[in-house]
Amino acid sequence: MTELTTLPAAELAAKIHAREVTSVEVTRAHLDRIAAVDDHVHAFLHVDREGALAAAEAVDADLAAGKAPASPLAGVPLALKDVFTTKGIPTTCGSRTLEGWVPPYDATVTRTLREAGVVILGKTNMDEFAMGSSTENSAFGPTHNPWDHARIPGGSGGGSSASLAAFEAPLAIGTDTGGSIRQPGAVTGTVGVKPTYGGVSRYGLVAFSSSLDQGGPCARTVLDAAMLHEIIGGHDPMDSTSIDAPVPPVVAAAREGARDGLSGVRVGVVSEFRGEGYQPGVLRSFEAAVDQLRALGAEVVEVSCPHFTYALPAYYLIAPSEASSNLARFDAMRYGIRVSDDGTHSAEEVMSLTREAGFGPEVKRRIMLGTYALSSGYYDAYYGSAQKVRTLIIRDFDAAFEQVDVLVSPTTPTTAFKIGERVDDPLAMYLADLCTIPSDLAGNAALSVPCGLSDEDGLPVGLQVMAPALADDRLYKVAAAYEGARDAAAGGSLVHQVPELNGGAR
Amino acid sequence: MTAVAELMDYAEVVERFDPVLGLEVHVELSTATKMFCGCPNLFGGEPNTHVCPTCLGLPGALPVVNGSAVESAIRIGLALNCEIAPWCRFARKNYFYPDMPKNFQTSQYDEPIAFDGYLDVVLDDGEVVRIGIERAHMEEDTGKSLHVGGATGRIHGAEHSLLDYNRAGVPLIEIVTKPITGIGERAPEVARAYVTALRDLLRAMDVSDVRMDQGSLRCDANVSLMPRGATEFGTRTETKNVNSLRSVERAVRYEMTRHAAILADGGGIRQETRHFQEADGTTSAGRTKETAEDYRYFPEPDLVPIAPSPQWVEQLRGTLPELPWERRKRIQQEWNLTDEELRDLVNTGAADLVAATVDAGAEPGEARSWWVQYLTQQANTREVELAGLPITPAQVATVIGLVKQGELTNKLAREVVQGVLDGEGEPGEVIERRGLKVVSDDSALIAAVDEALAAQPDVVEKIRGGKVQAAGAIVGAVMKATKGQADAKRVRELIMERCR
Ligand SMILES: [Zn+2]
Repeated sequence: MTELTTLPAAELAAKIHAREVTSVEVTRAHLDRIAAVDDHVHAFLHVDREGALAAAEAVDADLAAGKAPASPLAGVPLALKDVFTTKGIPTTCGSRTLEGWVPPYDATVTRTLREAGVVILGKTNMDEFAMGSSTENSAFGPTHNPWDHARIPGGSGGGSSASLAAFEAPLAIGTDTGGSIRQPGAVTGTVGVKPTYGGVSRYGLVAFSSSLDQGGPCARTVLDAAMLHEIIGGHDPMDSTSIDAPVPPVVAAAREGARDGLSGVRVGVVSEFRGEGYQPGVLRSFEAAVDQLRALGAEVVEVSCPHFTYALPAYYLIAPSEASSNLARFDAMRYGIRVSDDGTHSAEEVMSLTREAGFGPEVKRRIMLGTYALSSGYYDAYYGSAQKVRTLIIRDFDAAFEQVDVLVSPTTPTTAFKIGERVDDPLAMYLADLCTIPSDLAGNAALSVPCGLSDEDGLPVGLQVMAPALADDRLYKVAAAYEGARDAAAGGSLVHQVPELNGGAR
Repeated sequence: MTAVAELMDYAEVVERFDPVLGLEVHVELSTATKMFCGCPNLFGGEPNTHVCPTCLGLPGALPVVNGSAVESAIRIGLALNCEIAPWCRFARKNYFYPDMPKNFQTSQYDEPIAFDGYLDVVLDDGEVVRIGIERAHMEEDTGKSLHVGGATGRIHGAEHSLLDYNRAGVPLIEIVTKPITGIGERAPEVARAYVTALRDLLRAMDVSDVRMDQGSLRCDANVSLMPRGATEFGTRTETKNVNSLRSVERAVRYEMTRHAAILADGGGIRQETRHFQEADGTTSAGRTKETAEDYRYFPEPDLVPIAPSPQWVEQLRGTLPELPWERRKRIQQEWNLTDEELRDLVNTGAADLVAATVDAGAEPGEARSWWVQYLTQQANTREVELAGLPITPAQVATVIGLVKQGELTNKLAREVVQGVLDGEGEPGEVIERRGLKVVSDDSALIAAVDEALAAQPDVVEKIRGGKVQAAGAIVGAVMKATKGQADAKRVRELIMERCR
């Protein structure tokens, strides 16, 4: 029965729908796994055992009654990043500020998952308000990388990706603002997809940076990610930035890539994303992946995107600016914690003292940075210039996508670093998202798929694939083709090489 | 604070200083739903019953623009002769304020939907002043706090505060004038006339309740003075949320006299917001703006830009009603009214009703006299607005028509109208029920005339003796006997025939 936690979601769904196994059995197996190992991983902030079992029972009852499954993934468990509101289940965004807050409403993603019969196991750990690249900024303690407990699982969605690598969940949802789905995916050896901006509703996603935030699927296989993508994607009238167009046929694209290879596909290697600052083992894994793409029939060319060099500074002006405004609502007046409300402080003082107590150092740092960047004397020099850089990056992508179908690069410059290693050096920390940020600024689609273990430390490396906006299907085609070839050559999927955790065999 | 001692005589103020005004009017739109969510846009209600995650600013909630509010904004812009932006965005105005759930207001900053227009305002003596409109932009209203336990109802000294977010997210249009100069002593009157004209316009367009008492129309008045002949504006004060037309006039006048006294004394005006005291017509200092507040505006990333197509704008232009001042001009010409008559018509609020009565087929003169005289009297007696009387212009036109056809006398007509007002139905039904038809059948009249003549033989003698005016007594008797339903002219003719 323990194999229930190791199967891909697609296979679990097939077994559940064929009534070879019940959703309750599958759900219980994952809940048991969480109970056994999460003390060591700390992927979850909140496990909704009863809610998950009730949802699983409902799916089983429907199937027993002869009803068709509500979706291709009905009955499969999922771990939800704690940044999405969940009616009746605490939502904290990894912050003290929201400790104990139980939202009165479901995010559109949450509602869609529930309607699809996907079983929500609980809420996963994250950097506070999704600000960070290591999940060390969670107010509730860091998540540990299942590959090496002393290392970070990436951020900000470290909990979601770690839950996959720890076999606590077969599927997860993350959000990507500067790389928070792809970067944790890369360092945990799992798949992470940032759909085209507007491809998945932001309604109920507690905002970090509205013009960048994008929810997306996390999984252990490309096909699983595609199936999840098709469920959560699509237009939402509650989010005016959501795209009013059909979800690209990502599942079909994944199947096509796995079956037909990549002949006729033009792949561009971004020349700016290699060289100084990149771990040699990461580059070697990446080069091997590029060779594999060639072997699959892809035509590979070198492409230059000169403005990508300015993406990081532009991002660190735009994201904090929007965050400083988005986080203003956490003022102790209506929800979340309140401190110093002892009758001796004015409303302004209570607000200020609560924010002082509720926000961690990284959040404060970014609020200050953003407040400064938006202030009247500096707006043009900082926020305004950053927006211009953003336009130049979009043009770089446009020019590149005239020559090639997709761009590739390493997902991260290094493998997972040690917990605490970069805590005192924010600028070093920010480099972890170097390769992922341009796609967020441009709003196009990008994905990370495991591309082996770095030869010097044995830790996972990610291959990033980037596609134009609304061409998410290309990501899946390329990644599925690559994944199939790599797994065949290596004799199995990379994530299954993760060491056994304390808590026993999965 | 002895306000009165600090004032300067008004005549002296305007002799020494030129006032500059700037008026900012906030208008709550009467759309069905709020600006960015589907909650009902209703005044009042149990606190916090018209709210949802979006207008409460809950984490994760997102705004979606109300298309009908954008439509109203464009129509208002067009009515104010503004340019309509082909592309504009919302911005966030960031500041902390307990009434404001997100701690930023979604508003328009450097990209208003309408800009650079004007409104022609007619003063009491007929002079027309053209007020330049800087911009009209969209934003959302805030919630309301109620401070409990203090003496003043203000936050200072209160034991606790309650927040009601029913109004949070209600669509607002802010209309900002360009500096109004060159109006001298008439400044207070101009301010009032402008807000009045704006109110009438918005009412005619049916985009807002324009109830100043309920806050659906609120005016902030900026006033500054400069010495006569100077060209550089003085420091201004902003009197916030003045909530009646009369108060707008009083507040401007008060600020002018207060500024003048300070300036004449060699003092300087502090740039600040002020509150108007309804009770004594004074203002008091509010927040001092020593340094400009930094709202850290930036484009609202949660909303897509608005790009009204030229076709849509033209289509909306076609929906504008005849604007109040245009209609007045037309009415005056068509009905051949003196300025004074027009003013009476406007002041009694009868213009629309008279126009509608004329449209329903009545003579303008008749229609006007019915509404301005008899029906205004009825409205006063019944203590309702003229427009609130339970009678339609069409019903009034019917009654006027019946008089013209000789079916009713004026006296009977008033009784018919009375019946309609009392809820007895259409004029025809009232006539039926009360038996109010003019008796035009000679045989019935002859009988009544003969009876009256027989009762007063002395009068018959007088008439026969040539004293024709004595017939009046007989006419009166006949009218009494027929309950006023006889045609008096015909009665007189019959009397003369019988006495020949
Ligand atoms: Zn609402």
